[in-house]
Amino acid sequence: MTDPAPNPNTPLNALQDRDITRPPRSQWREVWDQFKHHKGALLGGGFLLFVTLAVLFGDMVWQLDPKKLDIRNKDIRPIYTAIWNSDAKVSWAHPLGSDNLGRDHMAQIIAGGRASMAVGWAAMILTMLIGTTIGVLAGYFKRLDGPLMRFTDLVLSLPILPLLLVAVTLFRQPLRANFGPEMGMFILIVGVIGVTSWMQTARIVRGDILALKEREFVLAARASGTTSKGIIFRHLLPNVLSPIMVSATLGLATAIITESALSFLGVGFPSDFPTWGKMLADAVPRMQEFPERVMLPGVMISLTVLSVNYLGDGLRDALDPRIRGR
Amino acid sequence: MMLRTTLLGAAAAFALAPAASAERGSDGHVGVIYWQAPSIPSPYLSGGTKDGDAASVVLEPLARYDQDGNMVPFLAEGIPTLDNGGVSEDLKTITWKLKSGLKWSDGSAVTAADVAFTAEYCMHPEGGCAQLSKFDGVTSVEAVDDLTVKITFGEATPNPYGPFVGGQTPIIQKAQFQNCLGEKAQECTDQNFYPIGTGPFVIKEFKPNDVIQFEANPNYRDPAKPAFATMTLKGGGDATGAGRAVLETGEYDIAWNLQLAPDVLAKMAEGGKGQARSGFGTLVERLEMNLTNPDPALDANTRSTREAPHPFLTDMKVRKALSMAIDRNLLVEIGYGTAGRATCNLVPAPAIYASDNTECLTQDIEGAKALLDEAGWTDSDGDGVRDKDGVKLSILYQTSTNAVRQDFQALIKQWWAEIGVETELRNINASVFFGGDPGSPDTFQKFYADVEMYANNFDGTDPQAYLSMYRCDNEPQPSNQWNGQNINRFCDPEYDKLIDQLARTGDINERAALAKKMNDMLTKDSYVIVPLVDRGRVTGVSNTLGGFVLNTWDNELWNAADWYRMK
Amino acid sequence: MLTYTIRRLVLSIPTLFFIALIIFLLLQLAPGDPMASVPLTIPPEVKEKMREALGLGQPLHIQFLKWLVQLFWIEPQVLIDYLTNRSTLLGWLPDTNFYTPCGPTVEGPCDLRVLSWQTRSPVMDIVVQRLPQTLWVVGMSYVVGILIAIPIGIYSAYRQYSVFDQAGTFITMIGFSIPPFFTGPLLIVIFSVQLGWFPFIYDTTHVVNDWDSFLFQLKQMVMPVMVLALQTTAQISRFMRAAMLDNLNQDYVRTARAKGLSEAVVVIVHVLRNSMIPVITVIALGVPGIFGGAIITEVVFSVNGIGQLLITALFANDLPMVQTLTFMFAVLIVLFNLIADVLYGVLDPRIRYD
Repeated sequence: MTDPAPNPNTPLNALQDRDITRPPRSQWREVWDQFKHHKGALLGGGFLLFVTLAVLFGDMVWQLDPKKLDIRNKDIRPIYTAIWNSDAKVSWAHPLGSDNLGRDHMAQIIAGGRASMAVGWAAMILTMLIGTTIGVLAGYFKRLDGPLMRFTDLVLSLPILPLLLVAVTLFRQPLRANFGPEMGMFILIVGVIGVTSWMQTARIVRGDILALKEREFVLAARASGTTSKGIIFRHLLPNVLSPIMVSATLGLATAIITESALSFLGVGFPSDFPTWGKMLADAVPRMQEFPERVMLPGVMISLTVLSVNYLGDGLRDALDPRIRGR
Repeated sequence: MMLRTTLLGAAAAFALAPAASAERGSDGHVGVIYWQAPSIPSPYLSGGTKDGDAASVVLEPLARYDQDGNMVPFLAEGIPTLDNGGVSEDLKTITWKLKSGLKWSDGSAVTAADVAFTAEYCMHPEGGCAQLSKFDGVTSVEAVDDLTVKITFGEATPNPYGPFVGGQTPIIQKAQFQNCLGEKAQECTDQNFYPIGTGPFVIKEFKPNDVIQFEANPNYRDPAKPAFATMTLKGGGDATGAGRAVLETGEYDIAWNLQLAPDVLAKMAEGGKGQARSGFGTLVERLEMNLTNPDPALDANTRSTREAPHPFLTDMKVRKALSMAIDRNLLVEIGYGTAGRATCNLVPAPAIYASDNTECLTQDIEGAKALLDEAGWTDSDGDGVRDKDGVKLSILYQTSTNAVRQDFQALIKQWWAEIGVETELRNINASVFFGGDPGSPDTFQKFYADVEMYANNFDGTDPQAYLSMYRCDNEPQPSNQWNGQNINRFCDPEYDKLIDQLARTGDINERAALAKKMNDMLTKDSYVIVPLVDRGRVTGVSNTLGGFVLNTWDNELWNAADWYRMK
Repeated sequence: MLTYTIRRLVLSIPTLFFIALIIFLLLQLAPGDPMASVPLTIPPEVKEKMREALGLGQPLHIQFLKWLVQLFWIEPQVLIDYLTNRSTLLGWLPDTNFYTPCGPTVEGPCDLRVLSWQTRSPVMDIVVQRLPQTLWVVGMSYVVGILIAIPIGIYSAYRQYSVFDQAGTFITMIGFSIPPFFTGPLLIVIFSVQLGWFPFIYDTTHVVNDWDSFLFQLKQMVMPVMVLALQTTAQISRFMRAAMLDNLNQDYVRTARAKGLSEAVVVIVHVLRNSMIPVITVIALGVPGIFGGAIITEVVFSVNGIGQLLITALFANDLPMVQTLTFMFAVLIVLFNLIADVLYGVLDPRIRYD
């Protein structure tokens, strides 16, 4: 385990490197070179960029209102069903079909994606920040380990449902008054998911840090007078990146799904505000007649999570100096 | 499970040809699925429907209502009336006679002392009996002789069929419960879990909130019944699962309360193992208009109380316009299908009490717009929302979390948008919404919203107590810990006079006329309550189960003794 | 290590008391009412009487102390009495009679156990009743999930970016991002409705006493176990793979290979052991979850294990039940986190706690 600096390890790679003569390059350039060789990561990143752009600007192209009911055009099947079933009720006005109240699916996917992606990313980043901070502090500073881990135990043992109900009782009114019904709810949801799901990350990071800080390179760094801050940011954090990446990927999926479970408890967005998780949950009872209603949001969630996973894989490989250059 | 049912069914098919005249226990096993699991088989300690239903297979009252709302004697020999002398002329006493030769499942005789004891058990001040209101006005219940019991009321009671009529107030055995009075009732776990009864089945094993296994009562009064030797009442899961188990896979015979969208139910029924049956009672899904101001800026003691009138819902024309904009038939089609009927009445049944009020059934968006224009509500600033004197028609519309209710919210929001009313939707977890916690801002009693939607009904066939809820000062307010029943804070002295008059009137036709008038005062004359759908009860019944009669005046298991396996 | 373990065990007692207090206060603060599921036809005065009968009117500290005494003094007595009187394991000990049950025939002082508000019966009895199905279904799925996940994780990392790795990544990520409220009904539609292979209403009264009944038990377990194991597998295999990848390129691996050790020894003995820390954390954190049940899956398949018990108690606002169950999870969480910490030391002797 060494500093994250270019350092070709295997003899074969070392030989190759000597053949190529090029000027010294910045570390980030190296990272990018490695990253772009990772096909999965490029694909994942590309898809993620596409989805993000689509949900942000899709409503400018596809201008139907996702909340608009059109009861005469309810239960329209997606256009592709016409390929095998010529009797299916399809319409070019609703290429992905409409739901049981006639709301357009395409518009809902776009609007729902915006909410789900926002909640997913915000909650995931919040979770990772809290989890990593607590995990690093507990793992590195022996005095903080006891109190912080007992605090983690406490939060792990709290029953989620009453916690949510208390949060709603205490915070919904002020948040709604200050930020409006939808933004207020967004803050509440992200906060609630973040506060209730950081514990696993914290424990994993702490476990890794406990092992890492006894390694020779950390001892060497300390002996050479590196501050704790320097050790944590330069030596420890880069080495716990991969479990954090995995937690983050899984956390994104969990946050998107949890959001839909929250609305059931009355903590979620208003019932006519589409999100992917909610579309999926609402469609489950009708999955035999209208499989597309579960498939579309389900596929979107899965693909997003999958692309984040590949992106994470690529980033980790690119940031790991031992792999770089292979 | 499926295999077992099929095998048992096949075995029974070989054994017996005419099912109706079968002997006790010859038809094997019957399975009932309740997606809410029973917690305690006692209607007295838990008011929950599931618990009372589970108990009703074991414990029986003197009389029950049949599917047409008529009283049928169960443990009693006949129904006491004024004509046969069972009810006294001054309407203060009613005398019941028990059938002779009745036995408890342990073999001992059922006597009038058991009936009197049951009253003592429920009326004990420390017992926390859920059915206490059934005994309202009762001063004494005494055993005249072994088979005769006399109930005395403090004042003239035109409807003396509260105690011991219907599934909620069955007779319990004195010998078993005599040490379980008052506070002790809570501690009698064994007695509460394994009551000795007179019904067709006895409890063999009870797993709280999970499953109850019954077996046929060896001492049941009809030696040929019940046809089933054992019965399982499985709880838990969800309505979708329960529907599937009966209609699609045939694992169970009866599925309770299938609250599913009509297209989902229709799809399940294609499974061919059973059918969904529906019947109508008094349950009405309605919008309640808040006549008081729920503005969060008000302090806790005036918010949503009569001290602060609502800024625009106090205007009758606004309420009427909101009602006119709604297409109730479409709501029924989307949410309930054959299990619902559009209604304009708060009291939709029994027929004699139902007003002929049908004006609201046709949607009239243009009429609603005209009405708002006429009342001075116009869109003066061009934002699509009507306003007057700086007050915008902006509504917070809340209800409990439930797929059908959320569909209704979306539809109604759309219609109100068409007439220029802005709506914000909110849905709240049912256990908070219907819970009476005075600390929560989200209960339906507190009504911190402009409009809310829920369903309510009344027990039995008499609407007096139901209509009396809308009395002045019976509204939830800080002084009664938000415990009142007059949810929309309606207050009309004329209406209160009618309540008092109804309580004094004995003649059924006069009562009906009064009830209709009161119903109209709340609905079409004031639009304080905007009824939407008369909700039926939907039960999934297996094609192989015979003798099941859906009874909306009682529960699904009321005639379990008569069920048999069809061949 | 031993002193550390003992110190942690002693320290966990005040921790648990504090957790108990926080849980109690949180539940008191949360809105809710045990009378919420009672029909609206029952008037408020009657509901108020029912609340009083449950003991809701008492001051908070009295309620808390009563619960503590019941949980830490009376329930252990019941357990000891059971062990010495009826259990086969300790039945040879002289019969004890610490606990005086309350009941209809008892006069004078008696010990009241923690009673559920929904059922008016001892909470512990119901918990014991729920354990078999919870362990059969949730526990089994956890074991199955781990057994599948670890080899997948190891092999995926060892052959990074191979077809196996790519397929594994794809399937596990899809599996994780599709929630059980979808996979459950999907399996039901396929295997119960269309094919008719498995029953989907779990029969908790089923007794396994011969081969046929064992087969039936397997059949009714298959679908819920599949749904739950998918989630476990996805999660653990990801962590396993990531941790293995971190270690496979370390210097010590090259050294081990250079020494001429076989690949199997290098991967299984050296790399695996060093990669277990995050995986052990995830596994240990998941064990209390087994006893906590799996709420959605239990509801979909009507398994009625502890998860369903907790969720119905929460919706019915049955505080004694919720408090007791949550506290039991807290004990398990504290215990398994301690076990994880001890295991860190075993896996990596460089980790020192003193």
